[in-house]
Amino acid sequence: MLETLFPNVDWPAMWEATLETIYMTAVSTLFTFIIGLVLGVVLFLTAPNQLWANKVVNWLSGAFVNIFRSIPFIILIILLIPFTKFLIGSIRGPNAALPALIIGAAPFYARMVLIALKEIDKGVIEAARSMGATTWTIIRKVLLPESKPALISGITVTAIALVGYTAMAGIIGAGGLGTLAFLDGFQRSREDVTLVSTILILVIVFAVQFVGDFLTSRSDKR
Amino acid sequence: MIELKGLTKVFDTGKARLTAVDHVDLRVPAGEIFGIIGYSGAGKSTLIRLLNGLEKPSEGSVEINGQNITAISGPKLRKARQKVSMIFQHFNLLWSRTVRENIEFPLEIAGVGKEERRKRSAELIELVGLEGRETAYPAQLSGGQKQRVGIARALANDPEVLLCDEATSALDPQTTDAILDLLVDINKRLGLTIVLITHEMHVIRKICHRVAVMEDGRVVELGEVLHVFQHPKENITKRFVAQVTETEDSAETVRHLREQYPEGQLVKLIFVGDQAEQPILTQLIREYQVEVNIVHGNISHTQRGAYGTLILQLKGTADEIAKALAFLGAHDVQTEVMGNA
Repeated sequence: MLETLFPNVDWPAMWEATLETIYMTAVSTLFTFIIGLVLGVVLFLTAPNQLWANKVVNWLSGAFVNIFRSIPFIILIILLIPFTKFLIGSIRGPNAALPALIIGAAPFYARMVLIALKEIDKGVIEAARSMGATTWTIIRKVLLPESKPALISGITVTAIALVGYTAMAGIIGAGGLGTLAFLDGFQRSREDVTLVSTILILVIVFAVQFVGDFLTSRSDKR
Repeated sequence: MIELKGLTKVFDTGKARLTAVDHVDLRVPAGEIFGIIGYSGAGKSTLIRLLNGLEKPSEGSVEINGQNITAISGPKLRKARQKVSMIFQHFNLLWSRTVRENIEFPLEIAGVGKEERRKRSAELIELVGLEGRETAYPAQLSGGQKQRVGIARALANDPEVLLCDEATSALDPQTTDAILDLLVDINKRLGLTIVLITHEMHVIRKICHRVAVMEDGRVVELGEVLHVFQHPKENITKRFVAQVTETEDSAETVRHLREQYPEGQLVKLIFVGDQAEQPILTQLIREYQVEVNIVHGNISHTQRGAYGTLILQLKGTADEIAKALAFLGAHDVQTEVMGNA
């Protein structure tokens, strides 16, 4: 049945490519979450009138975020080739895609973290200060828990963008469903391979969205 | 207990300098409920934030229990804040935490162990009357219940001072009274010193012992609540007092009353303190040949006695009315003849 519908699809290779895509998405999402969270908190706390108000740090982190958020991803991959070579030792394969994926997505997520933190009622932070909380306690027990739903929905959107980025990275040989669809499907005119790859990417995206929505609504007690 | 000396806060916004608090000197003894009243922009919010170091003064000092709040910072200030807690107009609860977890938050900050936290929060939940709501989230509570959580949270670390920042301004009148009763109860039971700011004279009247009236960053009037009600000096104070004693003085009201009660004489009586509770009127009616008709009345109960006004229509001979007025004067009731019809 599958052989007649998709005569050119090599299923073990398709499965391997799917795992590579999931691997790239998962690892880059994890690092994006950590780096974006730290960057976002720094952006928030160093803003004027905040607990760590600091013009220099705020300007530097803001500039970093804006620059890397503005570079088109496909160009960022090329720009980062020397860096990737140095870090991973190769520019091919799923691991080689990770630095570009993380550096491209973390500033994007940092902006979302900043927006989420700005939504927190200032009074709650003031209340924590009035109880004698340290800034670290405020970050851990006020800022992050109070913005949790927005942080989760933000990382969901970012993870979905990352699935798309992995496909783009596939074109320069990162592996995964993108490489398969481009090299095997497009360049060799095997439409069925492109179609199956697309369906699998959609399944991954929907799964991420579903889990993200579920976690967001469960964490929202408002 | 609390001593403010020459306390001044100037906000420098680059273009303009705004003096929010202007050389305020105050002393609040331990166990007192001290009210600060003023319109928005009078500087009362800034003043109360200077008391726990949320704002740093430009000049002057704040001393609480012998500790100079303005001179300390870092861990020392954070430690001091645990003893000067605060409740807020908009409650400022963490919506991500249950009632119990909100109340335990200051205990977590103070480094209290889990078991002890649980025990303490259970006591506090009982104190503020929230039994059965321990696992509710703030979003599931009414305004009054949220403020009860705020109060329980503020009391968690056994503070010496409770600062109330417009704590009842977002509540309906009935809930306001319930919260105010709770504050009085806490003040009596725990001997807590309470400093509150408000723009509602009702709050001052109901629970405060002494009041300071603030205008443009300065304290323009200060005294026992009853005394201030009786003899308001500044215009702004008179306006605040009028909020709760009605407007029977206005020419409009007097004219209206005269139209309605054309006979006899209209007399305004002002009761202060104990007289408000004595049966003076009963005696008056029994002993003098006057007909008494109560036209308008208003009695406010303050923490240190009642204050009220009563407008009577007295009918009888001029002689008897004069005697009746003399009787009232002899009982320290201020009288004011509002004219014949």
